[in-house]
Amino acid sequence: MARMELSSLAKRYGQVEVLREIDLTIEDGEFVVLVGPSGCGKSTLLRMIAGLEPISGGELRIDGRRVNETAPRDRDIAMVFQSYALYPHMDVARNMGFSLEIRGKPETERRPRVAAAASTLSLEPLLARLPKALSGGQRQRVAMGRAIVRQPRAFLFDEPLSNLDAALRVDMRLEIARLHKRLAATMIYVTHDQVEAMTLADRIVVLNGGDVQQVGSPLDLYDRPANRFVAQFIGSPTMNILPVTLDDRGLPRLANGAAVPLEGLAPEGVAGRIAEIGLRPEHLVPGAAEGALVSGTADLVEHLGSDTNVYVRTEDYGTLVLRVHGHHPVRSGDALHLHARPGAVHAFDRDGLALPRRSR
Amino acid sequence: MKIAITPDQLIFTEGTRLFPSETSFGNFAKVITQTDFLAYFGNSLIVSLGTAGVTTLIAAGAGYAFSRFDFAGKRVLVGIMLVTQMFPLLMVIAPIYKMVAALGMLNSLTSLIVVYTAFNIPFATFLMQSFFDGIPRDLEEAAMIDGCTRFQALRRIIVPLTLPGLGATLGFVFTAAWSELLFALMLINSNDAMTFPVGLLTFVSKFSVDWGQMMAAGVLALVPSCLFFIFIQRYLVQGLTSGAVKG
Repeated sequence: MARMELSSLAKRYGQVEVLREIDLTIEDGEFVVLVGPSGCGKSTLLRMIAGLEPISGGELRIDGRRVNETAPRDRDIAMVFQSYALYPHMDVARNMGFSLEIRGKPETERRPRVAAAASTLSLEPLLARLPKALSGGQRQRVAMGRAIVRQPRAFLFDEPLSNLDAALRVDMRLEIARLHKRLAATMIYVTHDQVEAMTLADRIVVLNGGDVQQVGSPLDLYDRPANRFVAQFIGSPTMNILPVTLDDRGLPRLANGAAVPLEGLAPEGVAGRIAEIGLRPEHLVPGAAEGALVSGTADLVEHLGSDTNVYVRTEDYGTLVLRVHGHHPVRSGDALHLHARPGAVHAFDRDGLALPRRSR
Repeated sequence: MKIAITPDQLIFTEGTRLFPSETSFGNFAKVITQTDFLAYFGNSLIVSLGTAGVTTLIAAGAGYAFSRFDFAGKRVLVGIMLVTQMFPLLMVIAPIYKMVAALGMLNSLTSLIVVYTAFNIPFATFLMQSFFDGIPRDLEEAAMIDGCTRFQALRRIIVPLTLPGLGATLGFVFTAAWSELLFALMLINSNDAMTFPVGLLTFVSKFSVDWGQMMAAGVLALVPSCLFFIFIQRYLVQGLTSGAVKG
């Protein structure tokens, strides 16, 4: 079990700064998910923790010990690769037991540990097969099995589910959640899939452009995003952003003159700073023309069964998205007048920083 | 092949036919018993195996470095290797002769091995590099996380997966050395050190050519190449890496 401390961790390739001053403490047994768009440095950070990528600055400690220069094999960390990286010339059992084999553990110790991991992941019937004779999901499980057999201090996952089809991805996600519950090991998980991040994480670290944007529990990030980037990155469909103007009394107004409902926001933070408001699709509701924040026509309607997503074309704000629970009779071309749910408005200043919300 | 099994007196009299009216293996017997062919053959085997072994070893190391590491001067080195492939052999033959002579290595099989190795390394290195490039880095990294040093990862994971590449490179260099004539002709004068292609020329005398024996010797010379490829064929079979990663 491991507690990891990253202090001012940095990565540079020549002049290019890939990661800047990352400060993060991961508690023993915690499940931390690193998310961000492609190229944000999340995989690089994971590889630095694994020891596959040299650290350019700062310090990485595992259980209080500095490991900046420690070789991957001496960090006692297991990693599951996006490509699975199974050894193609070894059967499943040998793949899973390879780490024990290389550490000189005798067959009598290897066999029961491989068998135990195989039974956890229902891999027993496949132990004698070569990786090429396995399906994608089976390979994925073998890769996880290889990590489990070692009983490492921490597990690293580098987008482990992105090569699987949708149904299998859900299964494996549950499997990983169960694994974490059972092993209670420290796990660090990289993904760009926010559903994986929201469902698996104790805490999510949102990265963008080499900086940590926000660290928090999934619901924290959803309810109180630190800035516009996090607000738009977490949640699907993405949050609608509407610029506002201030009237002569300093109150924010929308393009049609409607006053912005400010119930959810801490009043002292708003004054003079508000530049944009954010509304999640599920916080927009269609209603009467009177008092509507925005009006427009329905462009595309997506029926998901449980929900309906409606893309509304507006004159002032381009296309906005709203999500209605259940079935909704709206059709493409219908006129819609949108209202906000009370207390649901997010606000951002000119720099995209979130304005404080009322504590609930 | 046909001429090799045609009795001498029929070679020129019979005209063009697919099969000779009479077959005889006399030419083979004569080649083996009455000429120094077996000695030439042995010399060629030593030179070719030596060249193939040494070249492949060096090319594998260099190819791995080119494939996996970024180091100062890498591009320049690749450029130089490419440039070496552009010179016509005839142009370098005189300087090579002088060098070998100065080292007192004329008429030795070692000199041939050294020269062949030097000329085959660039291409063999490119070949090996492309094989290493085909093996995902993830595999080595997984092995290193699993507890291997880089060298252990190389030996336990990468080398087994590169066997097809090693086989192909061995085969390529072997055949190149086996059939090389120009350098062998220049650097070897003594009958004891002649390789097979040079030896083949001894069947051509000033006034006549012994076609039957020459063809028989030629057919015999195919044997090692064939055997060699049959032997390495199983390593040439692709698809060993399939299943390592997605796809």
